[in-house]
Amino acid sequence: MKNDMILRVVGKLFIPFILLFALYVQFHGDFGPGGGFQAGAIVAAAMVFYAMIYGLSTARRVLPDWLVESMIAAGLLLYLGVGFAGLYAGGNFLDYFVLDADPVEGQHRGIFWIELGVAITVCGVLLKIYYLFAQRGQDR
Amino acid sequence: MMIAVVALARVRNLFAVIVLFGLYSFLTATVMVALDAVDVAMTEAAVGAGISTVLLLAALRLCHSEEEKPVHKPWLPLAVTIGTGLVLVYGTWDLPPFSDPEAPIHTHVAPRYLEDGPRETGVPNVVTAVLASYRGFDTLGETTVVFTAAIGVIALLGRRRHVRRGKQ
Repeated sequence: MKNDMILRVVGKLFIPFILLFALYVQFHGDFGPGGGFQAGAIVAAAMVFYAMIYGLSTARRVLPDWLVESMIAAGLLLYLGVGFAGLYAGGNFLDYFVLDADPVEGQHRGIFWIELGVAITVCGVLLKIYYLFAQRGQDR
Repeated sequence: MMIAVVALARVRNLFAVIVLFGLYSFLTATVMVALDAVDVAMTEAAVGAGISTVLLLAALRLCHSEEEKPVHKPWLPLAVTIGTGLVLVYGTWDLPPFSDPEAPIHTHVAPRYLEDGPRETGVPNVVTAVLASYRGFDTLGETTVVFTAAIGVIALLGRRRHVRRGKQ
């Protein structure tokens, strides 16, 4: 598939828009459909598309293994961090009202960060599983 | 969808089965849109039709592309499946009718989320408000489940790579 001209051109055109759509889904999740899980899945899908067209080794240069593996843990830690930030600010665990002087603003802030954490974890997990499977295919 | 399911059961070529699975996922996503669950539809389209299809194709590269003839007769599994299905259908008789406003699910906490959610959280999308704010602990649990699943897969598939590298 690496030498297919149509796929390469279409991929080059589409992948930026897929990533842009993922960002839209991520940050517009408060207002429209979407959120962290969906955005993470879309980013992972874009990267899988990229890896299929340009080869696994190229994709691994863009997002190396250590980065993907740390993304898996970093997202969860970010989520937990928001929980502990609520504790630190004087509320309960995962309490967003205390994150800002204005409770509604605090809710926005809390939701923003936990959605980001979910997106990072989901994207890392899906990409890591894809890398492992695709690599086994190449070993044979 | 019926055609896709029947074809899934009949076709022996695994490549065709994977493509039909993707098709089935997309059809499920359209059903979710028809039920006004756009968030779920998005996830289904991205994960069900997109990424799991790719993963299945990657797995297909490691094995034969034709399904083997079954060793056992299909009658016992068929009987078990039909029996379970009948019990489940019997169970649905006690459920309230579809979109009944008096159903317990619509009278418990849902009105509070719908009425006070936008004011308390300032988030117009109620799905996000419930997921991230009211049910923040549940979502934390889900993220942990995804994390644990990934650790499991890395432990199963990633370890072999190191062993092989060590031998060389």
